[in-house]
Amino acid sequence: MAPRLRRNVSTQDPQHPAYAAGADPAPGVGGGVAVLARAGTDDAGGPAAAGRGAAVRVRGLRRVFGEHVVLDGLDLTIAPGEFVALLGRSGSGKSTLIRILGGFDDGVEGEVLAARRRSVVFQESRLLPWKRVLPNVTLGLSGRDVADRGRAALAEVGLSGRERSWPATLSGGEAQRVALARALVREPELLMLDEPFGALDALTRIRMHALLQQLCRRHQPAVLFVTHDVDEAILLADRVIVLTEGRFSLDVPVDVASPRRRTDPAFDRLRVTLLAELGVDDLADGSH
Amino acid sequence: MTELISHRDVARLRTASPGPLAAEPAAAVVTTPGRPPVVLVDPTAGRRRTTRRRRVPPEVRRFLGPALLFALWWAVTGLGLVSDRALASPAAVLGAARELWRSGDLVDSLGASLYRVGAGVLFGVGIGLALAVVAGFFRAASDVVDSAMNFLRTIPVIALLPLIIVWIGIGESAKIFLITVGVAFPIYMNTYAAIRGVDARLVEAGQTFGLGRFGLVRSVIVPGAAPGFLVGLRWALGVAWLLLVFAEQVNTDSGLGYLLNSAQSWNRTDIIVLCLVVYGILGLVSDGLVRILERTLLSWRRGFDGT
Ligand SMILES: Nc1ncnc2c1ncn2[C@@H]1O[C@H](COP(=O)(O)OP(=O)(O)O)[C@@H](O)[C@H]1O
Ligand SMILES: [Mg+2]
Repeated sequence: MAPRLRRNVSTQDPQHPAYAAGADPAPGVGGGVAVLARAGTDDAGGPAAAGRGAAVRVRGLRRVFGEHVVLDGLDLTIAPGEFVALLGRSGSGKSTLIRILGGFDDGVEGEVLAARRRSVVFQESRLLPWKRVLPNVTLGLSGRDVADRGRAALAEVGLSGRERSWPATLSGGEAQRVALARALVREPELLMLDEPFGALDALTRIRMHALLQQLCRRHQPAVLFVTHDVDEAILLADRVIVLTEGRFSLDVPVDVASPRRRTDPAFDRLRVTLLAELGVDDLADGSH
Repeated sequence: MTELISHRDVARLRTASPGPLAAEPAAAVVTTPGRPPVVLVDPTAGRRRTTRRRRVPPEVRRFLGPALLFALWWAVTGLGLVSDRALASPAAVLGAARELWRSGDLVDSLGASLYRVGAGVLFGVGIGLALAVVAGFFRAASDVVDSAMNFLRTIPVIALLPLIIVWIGIGESAKIFLITVGVAFPIYMNTYAAIRGVDARLVEAGQTFGLGRFGLVRSVIVPGAAPGFLVGLRWALGVAWLLLVFAEQVNTDSGLGYLLNSAQSWNRTDIIVLCLVVYGILGLVSDGLVRILERTLLSWRRGFDGT
């Protein structure tokens, strides 16, 4: 049996070590053992196999749509508290992987284990248009303090006072912040984001980067962050992996000193490497 | 270098080149050396809300159509363009209404008809919804139910009347049954399509955040399918009133249709027209009820922020 150790980070508890945690995943905080569950529809049955010190463990994952092999034998381990950015061209299978880890896909081959408590932020906020902001955040939660937890999560993303707004009245950035609050209020061990800022303008995106970094520092989830933006990946991640033709063609740690600046030579070297891996050789194109 | 030319030049330019220019209220023509002149117009011209000219409120404008029809009716009958025997005048209809109100016939007829429509709509909505939910949620059921419903839908409901009479006679239940059948189809069709059309991405999001089967139905599918259901309901009410008229032609001694039929045999066009007016009012009222239902159920659509 897997040793169970749940991190109960209360957002209202400033004494909690998670509040004081620095940028790197401190072993005492983020190094807990996430309970791994088979990422499928029947994950309530308990972990069939558990990995020590991992929020995601994937071995030999294959996903085929008809004749089309989208994921062709993937191996991936994400440590608790680790921030992994997943890059890949459009159609390379990034969303397919997220859907599999989220438990929405039942046509997979291979071993797939993911932390039991996991949340997803999608490119579109996917808020229920017929529920106001607060019930959207607390969707599916039960308990007496649910509303308070929802309010605290909204405060964390800077949306106090918008609890009773309708999703239709929110701007794109606000809607994504609500989606972030909805993901974080569950204290996920694994947070997956599928191009969450892809539809936002550049200024809003910069703010969202800062917010996401701050929230990850506080809550210490393992993060799988899908993007097609190389700079965004380098800016945020501990590690970048590139998905090419169904396999991970590159898996590199981000060794750029904090605070990370685009003008840092190390930043630029990694950018060149990643762009080349993505098949963009013309640097003039990628230096936006 | 840009130079604004005078309005006289604009006028000359407008007369010189008909076409779109002539229609637009040109404000100025800007010329830049080496480029064709650009005519600047005020895009908001004629569309700005002026405080001077009071706009007619939409409620009043909506009322204007029926009022116009009423005036036409009054004029046609009052001027003797058609005889009293062909079309009763508003005054005569009002007189008939007073007469039937006093005798209690109007209230009795109205009560009988409302009861039939109410019961038929209630059962029809219940059956249509139940079938739509079963077919919408269970794939196996959908194959059977949906193909059956689509086949039955092609049969005109009125054509069922003889069969209904053989089955359950000509009493009250036959009338309610006819309306039930007529109502169930539009409810089923629209609700089933709406359930199947609920955004799969929202269902996925609901699953991510721990909604079980029941939670998904309650929080995602029912509200997502509500707009389609309401479209079906509006349609169904129209069908219900239509079928009521048919149902009440067959062996009845009560109801608006009976009154209509009797008036025909008595040659009382005032009562006939009165019945038509009552049908019209009933239709408007039921439409208004659906509208209120829409406003409350779908308030999220307009981002309505009332508390
Ligand atoms: N349900 C599906 N049926 C068939 N093909 C699919 C399905 N879902 C995804 N695909 C295919 O899988 C490939 C990867 O898609 P996706 O994971 O969405 O790419 P990405 O997110 O990297 O842009 C695409 O070629 C897409 O057409
Ligand atoms: Mg994608």
